[in-house]
Amino acid sequence: MALLESERHRSDEVSSERLLRDDPKAAAGKIAVFQYLAIAVFIFLVSGFWKLQVQNSDVYSEAAERNRIKSTPILAGRGKILDRDGRVIVDNKASYSLLLSRDQMKWEHLPAIAEALQLDYEELANKIRRLNSRPQIIIKDNLSRDEIAFVESHRDASTYPEMELIRSWRRQYPQDGFAAHVSGYVGEISEGELDEPAFLDYHQGDIVGKDGIEREYDSTLRGIDGQQRVMVDNMGRERRIQEPQEAIPGKDLKLTLDLDLQAVAELSMEGKRGAVVALNPRNGEVLAMVSRPTFDPNKFTGRISRADWSEIASDPYKPLLNRVTQAQLAPGSTFKPIMGIAGLESGVIDATTDFHCAGGASFYGHYFACHLKGGHGNIELHRAIAQSCDVYFYNVGNRLGIDRIAHYADIAGIGHKTGIDLPNETQGTMPSTKWKLRMSRQKWYAGETISVSIGQGAVTVSPLQIASALGGLSVGGVWYKPHLVKKEAPVVLRRANFNPENLQQVISGMCAVVNEGGTGRAAALPDVTVCGKTGTAQLAATEKTKGAGLKSSMANNAWFVAFAPRENPEIVVAALFENGVESYNAVPIVRDVLKAYFDKKARESAARAQRQETSLMPGPLFNFAIYRTMAALKVELPEGFRR
Amino acid sequence: MSISRSIKDLDWPLVIITLLLCALGVLQIYSATAMTKWQDAWWKQLIWVGTGLVMMWVVAQLDYHTLLSRVFVLYAGVIGLLIATAFIGNKVFGSTRWIHVAGFTLQTSEFVKIVLILLAAKFLSDLKVKTLEWGDIAKLAALVAVPMVLVMKQPDLGTSLTFLPILICGILMAGVRWRHLLIIAGVLLVVAPIGYHFLKPYQKDRLVSFINPDHDPKGSGFQVIQSKIAVGNGGIWGRGAKESSQTHLGFLPVPHTDFIFSSFAEEHGFAGIIIALVLYFLLIMQIVQSAQTATDNAGLYICMGVAALLLFHVLVNVGMVVGRMPVTGIPLPLMSSGGSNTWSVFLMLGLVNSVRSRRVLD
Repeated sequence: MALLESERHRSDEVSSERLLRDDPKAAAGKIAVFQYLAIAVFIFLVSGFWKLQVQNSDVYSEAAERNRIKSTPILAGRGKILDRDGRVIVDNKASYSLLLSRDQMKWEHLPAIAEALQLDYEELANKIRRLNSRPQIIIKDNLSRDEIAFVESHRDASTYPEMELIRSWRRQYPQDGFAAHVSGYVGEISEGELDEPAFLDYHQGDIVGKDGIEREYDSTLRGIDGQQRVMVDNMGRERRIQEPQEAIPGKDLKLTLDLDLQAVAELSMEGKRGAVVALNPRNGEVLAMVSRPTFDPNKFTGRISRADWSEIASDPYKPLLNRVTQAQLAPGSTFKPIMGIAGLESGVIDATTDFHCAGGASFYGHYFACHLKGGHGNIELHRAIAQSCDVYFYNVGNRLGIDRIAHYADIAGIGHKTGIDLPNETQGTMPSTKWKLRMSRQKWYAGETISVSIGQGAVTVSPLQIASALGGLSVGGVWYKPHLVKKEAPVVLRRANFNPENLQQVISGMCAVVNEGGTGRAAALPDVTVCGKTGTAQLAATEKTKGAGLKSSMANNAWFVAFAPRENPEIVVAALFENGVESYNAVPIVRDVLKAYFDKKARESAARAQRQETSLMPGPLFNFAIYRTMAALKVELPEGFRR
Repeated sequence: MSISRSIKDLDWPLVIITLLLCALGVLQIYSATAMTKWQDAWWKQLIWVGTGLVMMWVVAQLDYHTLLSRVFVLYAGVIGLLIATAFIGNKVFGSTRWIHVAGFTLQTSEFVKIVLILLAAKFLSDLKVKTLEWGDIAKLAALVAVPMVLVMKQPDLGTSLTFLPILICGILMAGVRWRHLLIIAGVLLVVAPIGYHFLKPYQKDRLVSFINPDHDPKGSGFQVIQSKIAVGNGGIWGRGAKESSQTHLGFLPVPHTDFIFSSFAEEHGFAGIIIALVLYFLLIMQIVQSAQTATDNAGLYICMGVAALLLFHVLVNVGMVVGRMPVTGIPLPLMSSGGSNTWSVFLMLGLVNSVRSRRVLD
């Protein structure tokens, strides 16, 4: 104690020697600078925290969430597409897809992965760069057994931890492009589509309907993907599995299409280019729809390879085009019933009015030929439709003038979209003086009316339009909106106030086409009265191009439109046979469909009567396959299926 | 009696702030290491703090002039220690920084700091000039450079850099001509890019990552990115103890040592870091106050050296946590888990107390 005391004392002495500081003033300023510096340092640090924790906290919270939650999508299956009786047209098949997790991904792994899965490395790399907003990217669907084995054995942490297998659904379409234009196809959503407001809730890499029903009803068919969320640590070890958010599958969609009829229509178009459509004129239901050439939508499912795509896209005959709704071609003589009703309703002709056909006639200094070189002699409406006399309709058209023709054609829907529930329908053309002024700022020449009178010149239609137009006439002048998916009630597009007698005049002419030795006699059925109108439409109107040779692509298009039964029409069928040369070549197509329709109806009523028929009948898709095989083997086909 | 008097003489505000920071540190170490292989780090840290307090008290009792008079012996001692470390030290993570002494593993370079503070104080107070001449600056710089080079060779760039604030603060406090200052700054600007070439590849990576953390997010930028995510994830009020995913799922590297403040920020948010930073600020200001009231220049140099060193540590460590400083791997004083640094800081605070208890009372 004493020692400490003395030491303390001595140190006080030492201190007292230096009681005055060496230079207290000199240091004061420097210490103040240090204090300001310290304040600056702390402000600098606090501002760093402010930026991270207050201003951008949500960004970093999300990043932390991404760190700890590994979420794997549970893919929702798309709704099935069914025919009117609930038979499956488009189905889903369970398969496996390979998912690549971006945060685990190493670029140097990609070439090996691409090689093992037979993917094009460049294509894969581009895709990964393109889908930059997705944490996970599906790089291959429908893995084979070997590929699944490869993924399972290489997805461990030390090899390729970015790979992940997930269950997925592969869209399964009928073989050989059956009903391909109706179903359409699905594909990965494009950048352009993502910008459209209709695709607001879609993301990069999503599968979306690209055409047909798949596109039109995408929001119905599309399900909502679920998620499996797992909490992981920095080594990727799973710590806690959270309750999965289940996927909600898309809704099935029932079409008005009849698979039996569709199969027959498909077969009747085998080897031809063109289109067939069958409608119920009383409500607009589409019963069959075929366009040729067709394509295989299975090749498009999900992620089409570049080679497949360019093969289909570069085909000069445009297999992706749905000719039923998108062709725009001269209707030829199938336009004549519309001319007939226009003439009668406007009063420029009546049933007895006759014109002399000498195989042609001159109008406005031009000679217009009739298809019958020898001429039809004196001819009135009934025979003019039955024999398809061009001179008669030249005269009717001349009396009407273009604008009155356009008025009645408008009512029948020529030049208007039918509004069918398929994407990209075209509207065709119905010329008029106004139309010409608008299109070319030129006056309409009366001579042009003469060509339009027989469905040539500027007038163009799609098979659906002409089917709808003549179908509407057949049921008394009511036009229903054609549709593939049944809505609450059929929509009436237009209702014409035609004199029923006038309508009957035209219909009896169309009846004669089939039943009185007219141009469509091959369509006659034994128990049902079929009425129709043929058409042979020239592709090139000028003599010059016609003389360029009868190359098949320049050959005339054959048309046939028919409805049945005469008194109470239930079905109207339009067929377009591109380059079919003569109109009678299109007649058997329609006949096959009509016959199938009424045969089935008879079968069903017989079955209803007996109430005990066993359902051993093979499905229509099966039938279709059998008939195709028989055709390929050159086995004699039943009468109905011959060209 | 004298003991009780010396306890009364202790800088109690300083001690309380110090203990509060140590408490935050121990709690955070406990939270961050729960269920990991470091889960007993918190009570080890408690022992470091307890023994550190005793060391502080012992040093506070010594007259710092006694230490100053023997500073060259101490200096020779630490240089010897550093050389010994190079030969008998443990190699951990490719760097030889630690030696075993009586069951403890000590990082010798941490204790060099204290000796350098004393050395600068002794050297500068003995000069008794208003402004330093080139020769004085060169001599002091050479004295600091020897241990710096030795530590850099371990290699431990971070710790060796902590010697610089002691040197710079000393020179500035002792007084230097503006012209000299500008020339030194100019020379440093020229030397820095050349020095870059002598860095190890991982050190270069850290610098590149500091400037652009996304340069290699899986590699050297990883720590900074994960630290920023942890800090931002804390938000204003924090995720709560043990609720922090970045810390507990292992995304945050070394959450109880160099990145303890990142883990603290994730669990306690902006509110928490404000409290901690205010404590650090008060600690440094309290030390500066001791400098202002020191009896002589030597005492002033000691306190300012300690203040500058602590400020540098806080700036570099916390700056790294928010991505505003490159990753150098220096600990946060009083909070980071680790014996050598904790002891070193308590020893320095002992020096400050020693200066304070001999202060001029106005």
